[in-house]
Amino acid sequence: MPLNTIWVIVDRASDDIAPISLELLTKARQLGATVEGVTWGDADAVAAKAGAYGATTLHNVGDLAGGLPGPAVAAAIAAKIAAGEGPDALLVPHNYDGRDIAARLAARADVPVITNIVGLEEADGGLVTEHAIFGGTEVLKARFTHSGPGIYVVRTKSFAAEESGGGPATVAALDTPDLGRTAEAKVVDRHVEQSDGPKLDEAAVVVSGGRGLGEAEKYALIQDLAKLLKGAAGASRAIVDAGWVPYSHQVGQTGKTVKPTVYIAAGISGATQHMVGMKNSKNIVAINKDKEAPIFSIADLGIVGDVHKVLPKLIEALQSRG
Amino acid sequence: MGCMNVVVCVKQIPDPATPGTLSPDTHTLVRDGKLIMDDSDAYGVEMALQLVDAAGGGEVTLVSMAPNGETSGLRTALAMGAAKAILVSDDALAGSGALGTAKVLAAAIKRVEPDLVVAATESTDGYTGTTPVMVAELLGLPSVSFSKKVAIEGGTLKADRQTENGYDSVEVPLPALISVTAGVVEPRYPSFKGIMAAKGKPVEQLTVADLGLEAGQVGAAGSRQEVVSVQPAESRSAGEIVEDEGDAHERIVAFLEQLKVI
Ligand SMILES: Cc1cc2nc3c(=O)[nH]c(=O)nc-3n(C[C@H](O)[C@H](O)[C@H](O)COP(=O)(O)OP(=O)(O)OC[C@H]3O[C@@H](n4cnc5c(N)ncnc54)[C@H](O)[C@@H]3O)c2cc1C
Ligand SMILES: Nc1ncnc2c1ncn2[C@@H]1O[C@H](COP(=O)(O)O)[C@@H](O)[C@H]1O
Repeated sequence: MPLNTIWVIVDRASDDIAPISLELLTKARQLGATVEGVTWGDADAVAAKAGAYGATTLHNVGDLAGGLPGPAVAAAIAAKIAAGEGPDALLVPHNYDGRDIAARLAARADVPVITNIVGLEEADGGLVTEHAIFGGTEVLKARFTHSGPGIYVVRTKSFAAEESGGGPATVAALDTPDLGRTAEAKVVDRHVEQSDGPKLDEAAVVVSGGRGLGEAEKYALIQDLAKLLKGAAGASRAIVDAGWVPYSHQVGQTGKTVKPTVYIAAGISGATQHMVGMKNSKNIVAINKDKEAPIFSIADLGIVGDVHKVLPKLIEALQSRG
Repeated sequence: MGCMNVVVCVKQIPDPATPGTLSPDTHTLVRDGKLIMDDSDAYGVEMALQLVDAAGGGEVTLVSMAPNGETSGLRTALAMGAAKAILVSDDALAGSGALGTAKVLAAAIKRVEPDLVVAATESTDGYTGTTPVMVAELLGLPSVSFSKKVAIEGGTLKADRQTENGYDSVEVPLPALISVTAGVVEPRYPSFKGIMAAKGKPVEQLTVADLGLEAGQVGAAGSRQEVVSVQPAESRSAGEIVEDEGDAHERIVAFLEQLKVI
């Protein structure tokens, strides 16, 4: 099916557009289609930026009345598809709200969805998706076989975001049909964890710790080292689940995807779900006492050693450089 | 005394400890051997058991879709304390996508009319992270996905829902669906008594036709997608590996200098 119109879910990060949506707008533009965004809340606040990344129109679902975006956004898009006014493809961020929107839309409009996409290319007038499977050791390509619109759920940092220089997008109201009980989940309070230093997914240096640190208190070594390198502190899921560090530090399949100049993994084994989130780092340093640890297979510099010995000495050496 | 009936979606998967393989013709994950309960679902089972306990009555019903009448994973969850299970197994289900799976789970869950449906945020082998919310939409239910803390007070469920940089406090009236993250609660180990009791607990087996679904809505055809190719990724060659002799930190400093990070 020809790709005349692509819609992109323009997810929000406080008053701004979430970076993943800028990546998707850029990619949609490169695919040569008319690009339109779908957002909610105060659309006027982001119309200029959406336009600058390629959206001509910004469909606005409007105020969610405290509800999560999933039900209303999905129902509004489904109604457009049913009326024959929907897009040929919908690009959705592979994050929390994005997956809710994709799931509800798929069910409501009976449209299939492909998730965990890390690449998209045009072939025979349609789109072929790319996926990193088995921890990124193999690349799987797939495509839809039906004639209707497809829902493409794309992981962060799969594409670079570049401005097109376009003018502001025209905001157009998108009507929400009756939602029944589906929108009854309401956000009553938001909690934002304050962190100083660069953000985990934007930092040039990421230092991550895993179960090999032995105990929660030892995570201070990771934080100290990250600070000295003006980087961010990350973690494996094992120590997030154990409650040593908040989830926002988690790197991997269910956590953040990072691509820093240097990634330092300390006491992390290198499970496939961890590697998927950091294997595209430009340089990888691993410290692990087990020389068979899978993390060494992708490390540029691997240190077979004890984190309790190596990290304090490294911190001291960096401190003495001033 | 209150009463809470909870359905937990439990996926039975090939043991993740043994490397997965793709079938050469369909490129879907081979699921022929023995299947076990996905670890991710142990959190949902535990969460459900605790909520029923807190309500002071009710029971936990498991719902699973798996090939070859597989029940080993369900027995594990029954041993943890679930009362009964529904298993949907049918050759027509091979190659189902997330939406087809959700249609099957939703149709099975409807038979139970629970107060709450619990699933994991994502499965270990499929990891689409979309199946549970599809189920909610098909059942017309509100949902709180990615919940990392859950409690119920007077018919209202309160959950902390994960966000990029923290969490949202979300409230939803029952009936509803939640998906829970690993770590939401600490799953219990089945006791010997639990394991023995599980052997006698009812597992109802259903087919696609029993659920009133058409074969074309599920399985490979219903997925409306196909694998084009599978190829080895450009491999990242391992670099230098050095044993720490007390001076490894100097190697790291030199490496960082070379990259002009310091
Ligand atoms: C659906 C699903 C999603 C997942 N998503 C993620 C995700 O997003 N991110 C993620 O990280 N994981 C994820 N996981 C979990 C993943 O499978 C691993 O369990 C986890 O990454 C392991 O964390 P770890 O490396 O810290 O711990 P372990 O695997 O226990 O490794 C600890 C390592 O530390 C080493 N060590 C021990 N002591 C020392 C010492 N003194 N000095 C040096 N080294 C030492 C050991 O040799 C070992 O290699 C997911 C799993 C599932 C099923
Ligand atoms: N075949 C299945 N049987 C039972 N539950 C399932 C099945 N597939 C998915 N689920 C549930 O949905 C969650 C998310 O799955 P997925 O969409 O594959 O990431 C799983 O962790 C399970 O709780």
